[in-house]
Amino acid sequence: MPSEPSHIELRTSPHMRDTANVAMIMRNVVYALLPVCAYSVYQFGVSALALLVVCTIVCVGTEQLFCALSGKQSTTGDWSAVITGLLLALTLPPAFPLWMAAVAAFFGLAVGKLFFGGIGYNVMNPALVGRAFAQAAFTVPMTTWTPAMAPGRFTEFIPSTLTRPFMTPAPVNEWLGRVAADGFTGATPLALMKFEQVSTDAVQLLTGSVMGSAGETSALLIFLCGLYLIFRKMMNWRITFSILLSAYLLSGLFYLINPDVYPDPMFTILAGGLMLGAVFMATDMVASPETNRGIWIYGALIGVLTVIIRLFGGLNEGVMYAILLGNAASPLITRISQPRIHGATRKETTAS
Amino acid sequence: MSSGLITKLNPARLFRPTFSHGVHPEENKHFTSGKPIERHAFPPELNLLLSQNAGKPSVPIVHAGQEVVRGEPIARADGFMSVPLHAPATGVIKRIDLVPTAKGPRKPAIILKVYPGESQEILYGAPRDVDSMSPGEIIQAIQDAGLVGLGGAAFPTHVKLSPPPEHKVDTILINGCECEPYLTTDHRIMIEQADDLVRGTQIIMRAMGAERAIIGTEDNKPDAARTLSRALPADGSISVKMVRTKYPQGAEKMLAKALVNREIPSGNYPSSVGMGVFNVATTSQIGALIPWRRGVIERVVTVTGAGIEKRGNFLVPIGTPLRFILERLGYKGSAKYLIMGGPMMGDTVASLDVPITKGCGGIVVFRPEDLQQRNGEGELPCISCGKCVDACPMHLNPCQLGKLARKGRYLEMDEYHLFDCFECGCCHYVCPSGIPLVQYFRISKLMNRELKAAGK
Repeated sequence: MPSEPSHIELRTSPHMRDTANVAMIMRNVVYALLPVCAYSVYQFGVSALALLVVCTIVCVGTEQLFCALSGKQSTTGDWSAVITGLLLALTLPPAFPLWMAAVAAFFGLAVGKLFFGGIGYNVMNPALVGRAFAQAAFTVPMTTWTPAMAPGRFTEFIPSTLTRPFMTPAPVNEWLGRVAADGFTGATPLALMKFEQVSTDAVQLLTGSVMGSAGETSALLIFLCGLYLIFRKMMNWRITFSILLSAYLLSGLFYLINPDVYPDPMFTILAGGLMLGAVFMATDMVASPETNRGIWIYGALIGVLTVIIRLFGGLNEGVMYAILLGNAASPLITRISQPRIHGATRKETTAS
Repeated sequence: MSSGLITKLNPARLFRPTFSHGVHPEENKHFTSGKPIERHAFPPELNLLLSQNAGKPSVPIVHAGQEVVRGEPIARADGFMSVPLHAPATGVIKRIDLVPTAKGPRKPAIILKVYPGESQEILYGAPRDVDSMSPGEIIQAIQDAGLVGLGGAAFPTHVKLSPPPEHKVDTILINGCECEPYLTTDHRIMIEQADDLVRGTQIIMRAMGAERAIIGTEDNKPDAARTLSRALPADGSISVKMVRTKYPQGAEKMLAKALVNREIPSGNYPSSVGMGVFNVATTSQIGALIPWRRGVIERVVTVTGAGIEKRGNFLVPIGTPLRFILERLGYKGSAKYLIMGGPMMGDTVASLDVPITKGCGGIVVFRPEDLQQRNGEGELPCISCGKCVDACPMHLNPCQLGKLARKGRYLEMDEYHLFDCFECGCCHYVCPSGIPLVQYFRISKLMNRELKAAGK
């Protein structure tokens, strides 16, 4: 007679599970970010590489430290801190001093995520919290842009990168004089547009041969990386789509009113951080609404806010604040966008 | 695996009707779908639970030491929400005692000692002319046959056949979806008992006064659809329709949506939108038993899972203890989880003495490595990814419900339609954080009811 099982155990249904878990999803987001990182290193050289490495190490280290301090099992294995580090580095100017980047990374992860209770409890995207902190604390370095494809970028740091902690960064003028072509203004396409009404060619924006943060310059590459995540069903395409669509429509409206002052809609969605924000930042699952109805509202809100800040605000870039505001609003959006249940009667629909 | 892939790649499936949301677990039906139904041996003793069904348990009409013939009634229905019980084998009543059940608590059962060496060929019953019976007589006959939903819910069939008078039923849906992975009971029944199935469908149509019936099956069972099409009556009153393979297509609300595009209102029966929904195993039994005044004494059970050596579909007498079946079919040493029902909604049992009941269509034996448990990970915080919201076939918000359940805010869960959840398990299936949402909701329903009772 065959032997009986040594002991049988109880568990609750369902007894089958999908294979995608949190760590796997987060790891795939990292994979999707790697080409963008590689391209930024290709464009900006060792300074961009150093930024990526420092931000990632500080983010993972911060999470490790907080887990140790609070006596919890380490949560760094879920890869989400790595995403925060990479994303933060990609939103910083390539010449940003490393010590400032480290402070921003620490602040973003500690205040933006761990103070709230770690993964799943953060209200806003931690990388953007870090960037917002840097924008407020280190205004000048945050707006100092350096040219892409500088000669010698793989052998030599941009002088400001290696600023000693708590010191003001060295001026980059002398270095710029050596590497930049004549007539270099240090202005991003968005700044050119805002202050001088000079538009930049769409092809240049797509391929990324323009000024900007380390990772926000090639809209096309970012979009392709996003497609990978959508294909793996690890990202909600509705977020990206609704942001781009609403930004396109609103700026298109202004463009129709006065094409001399306002940028054309293609420029709006390709320039600056909108593509990076729409693909990798606003899609932070924790900080976006749960329901698809809510996602449309959330995406439209971010797209509209971005355009309004860019066109009428004091800043030439508004993606970061638009997403942070969208994050803040998303619990409210979730609340008002509950799905209509199967078999709902009229009474129930109005009651909820 | 390969058959599943072919189904998925077939462009025709995109045009097949379905419902929105749901999930696609690995089907794993190929292990048993090709195996004909085989009669399983009679065990030395049958444990016949008095409570085989939703509703009230039956009342014994036999005493210890009494001899019974196979098919003879041994317990009577206790009111309308109850059905009688019949002896699955010729033997002698040993005693009435408590036995373990799949849900956990021990419950009263009639213990029947089967005569060893008895051929079990004699069967209680006598033919009758169904065509001359009135709808009321048919419904009474169905209650007398001890019929309950054999798809798993075990709801008394005659109750479903007796809708409130203001509900006019025009369409009967016969549910042959069998969306639970691994199980092939309904699949084999549609192939091997097509004539009984059609006969049963006609009896149900007569009883409810419906003009048409649709037999719905998932498109992973094209052979069943073909066989049934050949057995249909010429008058065109019954049709066979394939729906897209997706879990939980076999839930009656999902099937109604896919086949006739009707939404059963929240908290209501299918009859409120003019339908009756019956499982193929139940229907086939109606066709087989009613013309012979017989009762339910056995059922088809798929025994499968990587933890069992001889997988297959078996005709098992009601009351057969799990131990007897598993010992004859052979466990593998590391088999640890015995699931009665399917792997998405079935219960694991704590004892090998749990008997087969009328609602049990499958036994799935899993080893720990078959569970895809993602070792040692446990439950992580919800990351609000919304996968559960996209999976829930009832369009609930399991994410929000789960958060409320965790905080113990059970009464607020009414706002999010807690009681519309039928525990299909899609939300837990997709959850990347491994949150046991369905279990949360089971507990929440209990607590919610208790809190309301206490508040009144």
